[in-house]
Amino acid sequence: MNDVLLTFILIVIKLGLVLGTVLSLAAYMVLAERKILGRMQMRHGPNRVGPFGLLQPLADLIKLLCKEDLIPERADRWVFMLAPAISTITALLAFAVIPFAAPLHLFGRTIPMVICDLNVGLLYLLALSSLAVYGVALGGWASQSKYSLLGGLRAMAQMISYELAMGLAIVPVVMSSQSFSLTAIIAAQQTLPNAIRHPLAFLIFVIAIMAESKRTPFDMPEAENELVAGFHTEYSGMRFGMFFVGEYLNLIVLGAMLTVLFLGGWHGPLLPSVCWFLIKVLGVAFFFIWVRGTMPRLRYDQLMAFGWKILVPLGLLNILVTAAWLLWRG
Amino acid sequence: MSLWRDIRGTILPFWVTLRYLFRRPVTVCYPERKQIPAPRYRGRLILTRDPDGEERCVACHLCSAACPVDCISMQAAEREDGRRYAAWFRINFSRCIFCGLCTEACPTLALQMTAEYELATRELLQVVCEKEELLIDGCGKNDQYNFYRLAGIGVAAPRGSNPGESPPVDIRSNLP
Repeated sequence: MNDVLLTFILIVIKLGLVLGTVLSLAAYMVLAERKILGRMQMRHGPNRVGPFGLLQPLADLIKLLCKEDLIPERADRWVFMLAPAISTITALLAFAVIPFAAPLHLFGRTIPMVICDLNVGLLYLLALSSLAVYGVALGGWASQSKYSLLGGLRAMAQMISYELAMGLAIVPVVMSSQSFSLTAIIAAQQTLPNAIRHPLAFLIFVIAIMAESKRTPFDMPEAENELVAGFHTEYSGMRFGMFFVGEYLNLIVLGAMLTVLFLGGWHGPLLPSVCWFLIKVLGVAFFFIWVRGTMPRLRYDQLMAFGWKILVPLGLLNILVTAAWLLWRG
Repeated sequence: MSLWRDIRGTILPFWVTLRYLFRRPVTVCYPERKQIPAPRYRGRLILTRDPDGEERCVACHLCSAACPVDCISMQAAEREDGRRYAAWFRINFSRCIFCGLCTEACPTLALQMTAEYELATRELLQVVCEKEELLIDGCGKNDQYNFYRLAGIGVAAPRGSNPGESPPVDIRSNLP
């Protein structure tokens, strides 16, 4: 009885820690992105609120909360209100299975540094990223606006087709670690990270998650200069804020996925494992911001053609070669 | 080869943005540091005086005629000695687009533009400037020009006594 209670308390503590860290990280990711993009364009980013603009996320939050929550007259009310929640919640739920540090040995107990070590953790992640499509698609559909609908449709088509490439890129990783559990996948990368073992899969996965996060060069769903703001055109106030936060949470989730699957998770010399995990996730996030500051937006047909005609066949070929190699090695 | 060029063209921009990341921003942080505008910057308008200290404006209405947004208005008046001046002169800076056409139209160099650009205010009537606020004590950009001394009208000095002017011809002496 006592043991069950202790486990429960530990899970609650871990939940609180992860939730707090991830939410504040997402808020400061917005600031970091604006700062870094600003410097890349030879201007200062936000620097008015607090020292170096460090209180900017707080100011943004207050502004969004104080804004009028507008629902278009012809919108589908319930779906309209539900959609932002879906896109935030699916991003938050994904953290449940991500191991963020080495297991802790405390008072004779081994505490795994993951909220829930599912043996099908990878499938859970893929399922959640498929569910995230709903938030975008429903938001675009419920707004009763042409731009929103077009944005939602584009997002749906893009995310579904790139999810395929993402799934195909994950298969070699699963084959070599022989498990769907993220803990096992990390354990298999103790000596060599999967990025070096499966470079092609790594490349496909990076491109696919870039498309999955709906960021430049794949930001067709919210292409400002043709669709106003895509699926969240009609949203205002905190509902828009939830889409916004969801996007940055998603950025961290995908960074964490890339870290776990290809960059060796929390493995690393000298520093504690949590530090390595954070360094890798933030490195990936910086790379994403860097890409956003560098690349122009793809055309929509180029984007679909690239996904279906290049990434998917390459992914299949990669699986074939990896499987043959593993069979030959025995 | 085209593929090689494409790959290069994809990767090189990353190097460019990374270099720019560590460069000093060119933005001037406005309230703390202010940029010094160019000498011919088109800012707030002023009315100047001629070298003798008299008002240059002769209330000819050319500026208000040239103004595309009709923000200048005035009333002409005449002094005892025949010198024209504006009884009142008003510029509505909430309308002014700072195009500078009025200063180009001004024949007496009375209306000139300054580099002052901080005109924002919460009180709308503060930007409607009357003559007292517009008129300065100096000559502005040209401290030589005096319209009445070059126009050949005997107001500032009797006719014929201005620089470069020959005395008026006595028309009676031209008679046969």
